[in-house]
Amino acid sequence: MSAVGLAVGDGVVLAKRNLTRTLRVPDLMMSSLIMPIMSTLLFAYIFGSAIQVPGVSYTEFLLVGVFVQTVVFNSVITGSGLAEDIQKGIVDRFRSLPISPYSVLIGRTISDLANNVLSIVVMVVTGLLVGWRIDSSPGEAAVGFLLLLLFAYALSWILAVVGLSVRAPEVVTNASFMIIMPLCFIANTYVSPEGFPAVLRVIAEWNPVSAVTQAVRQLFGNTNPDFPPGEAWPLQNPILASFLWIVVMLVVFMPFATSRYRKAVAR
Amino acid sequence: MMTAAIVAREVVKKYASVTALDGFDLEVAEGTVMGLLGPNGAGKTTAVRVFATLIQPDSGHVEVAGIDVVANPRAVREVIGLSGQYAAVDELLTGYENLELIGRLYHLGKKGAKARAEELLEQFDLTEAAGRRLKEYSGGMRRRLDLAGALVRRPKVLILDEPTTGLDIRSREATWDAIGELVASGSTLLLTTQYLEEADRLAHRIAVIDHGRLIANGTADELKDQVGGHRLEVTLSDAADLDHARAVLAPIGHGEPVASQEDRRVVVPIAAAGGVLVDGVRRLDMAGVEVVDASVRRPTLDDVFLALTGHRADKAGQNGEGVKAGETKNEESVR
Repeated sequence: MSAVGLAVGDGVVLAKRNLTRTLRVPDLMMSSLIMPIMSTLLFAYIFGSAIQVPGVSYTEFLLVGVFVQTVVFNSVITGSGLAEDIQKGIVDRFRSLPISPYSVLIGRTISDLANNVLSIVVMVVTGLLVGWRIDSSPGEAAVGFLLLLLFAYALSWILAVVGLSVRAPEVVTNASFMIIMPLCFIANTYVSPEGFPAVLRVIAEWNPVSAVTQAVRQLFGNTNPDFPPGEAWPLQNPILASFLWIVVMLVVFMPFATSRYRKAVAR
Repeated sequence: MMTAAIVAREVVKKYASVTALDGFDLEVAEGTVMGLLGPNGAGKTTAVRVFATLIQPDSGHVEVAGIDVVANPRAVREVIGLSGQYAAVDELLTGYENLELIGRLYHLGKKGAKARAEELLEQFDLTEAAGRRLKEYSGGMRRRLDLAGALVRRPKVLILDEPTTGLDIRSREATWDAIGELVASGSTLLLTTQYLEEADRLAHRIAVIDHGRLIANGTADELKDQVGGHRLEVTLSDAADLDHARAVLAPIGHGEPVASQEDRRVVVPIAAAGGVLVDGVRRLDMAGVEVVDASVRRPTLDDVFLALTGHRADKAGQNGEGVKAGETKNEESVR
């Protein structure tokens, strides 16, 4: 078997194990299924009703922000899952078997991708129930979902680095939130960054989350003339910018996570 | 001629604050059971992790089943089975799922993994519990499943790191029985333990490790002979007499008498059994030391350990050892 085939084959076996675990832990199920439903409903009804924009639907604008926020938050599981498996010694057992050295990371990121598919399906159904619609062609919509999932996958590798660096599973979640909170909120997820103070506005404009959010809004036909995307290049060319961001994230963080993993287990 | 299943030469492994292996040597003959005996922090687990390719030594040479662990770790993993100190099984999966997972990761294929899992569950008397999640298993059942996991690929070399640490007596007996059956089937087994009884019962040969070095190696009988023929053991009624008793008994021993505060006991290594018991008790009586119990016995592995390292091997012993026990404890907390 080729090295890549082996890594993916073993990765899929391990991903299946991770998903089985997720289905058996109420807390994890809660974060992948219930949280997306709650976020969708809360944002649609609480903020959607508080922020009145005459003539246009804020809910439509908002929901893509909720989608992106959810996949970003889901990536925390990558880091905490890895940290927990290493701490419990189960990774040592896997490593004593003739598996690919990459398979633990690949398995973890694949299972988190599957987890994101589940979350997105749940959010789409909930969104449709509260009046959100895709106003574009099926092809564009498909690219939108693909972009969301690719972005989520690339993020998993960043949070894997966090989990493998911090290592104590209890601390991983907090450390992760220090990264993903600004990522989610200094962005165009819920409001237009036009009104931000200068420094924050520049950060928001170049934040990958903003590019992805704007790209998915365009691909779903959920843009809104009352919320202009902004003048910065990534927001004017969001689809291209998003793909570039995803490539950069994967190129940087896949090797980084792999070397962190080697360090974390070799003790 | 018998070939060696494990060879370690001059192995060194240092961590930031500790030298875990400090020129460690070991040779395990094929088809035999080697007990690697040592206190907490002696370097047993580090040695196991090197043999199992989980960590690389800083220097030295290690071969398992004739394969260099540094040059070709993948090939080593194909032929070893490892069961760790902390049962490394997934508690959210069922017993069957755990074994099937390991089979899949050994690339036995779907059918192969399923068949092997069922076979092992049967062998380890876990068929009834196969469908239950591991968190509902008792400590002994988990340990048995962990052991079964190490056997999925019918390994040439089986490595068990403290297989019974933390188990109650009954589960320990059951685990010993399971290991005993494996041994009878002719596998090469390296077993680390801090229990002398365990090494005595399961191992053909015993290697004693302390401070990252091999300090003795032989059969249990050889090791016992090495430290001297017999032991005179007297228990006093008053612990205050211990020092006095040691001085009184010193002339009849061929080694330094050792006193233990906790059980008010003095142990004297003696050359031959004949007459020494009576002689010893008479001397104590004349010195005015009251004796509760006195006997002559063959040395236990505990005596061997004490003679070789200056401290006792088991935890209870460490606690009674004053300064030495303190040193060992510190090492433990560093790990």
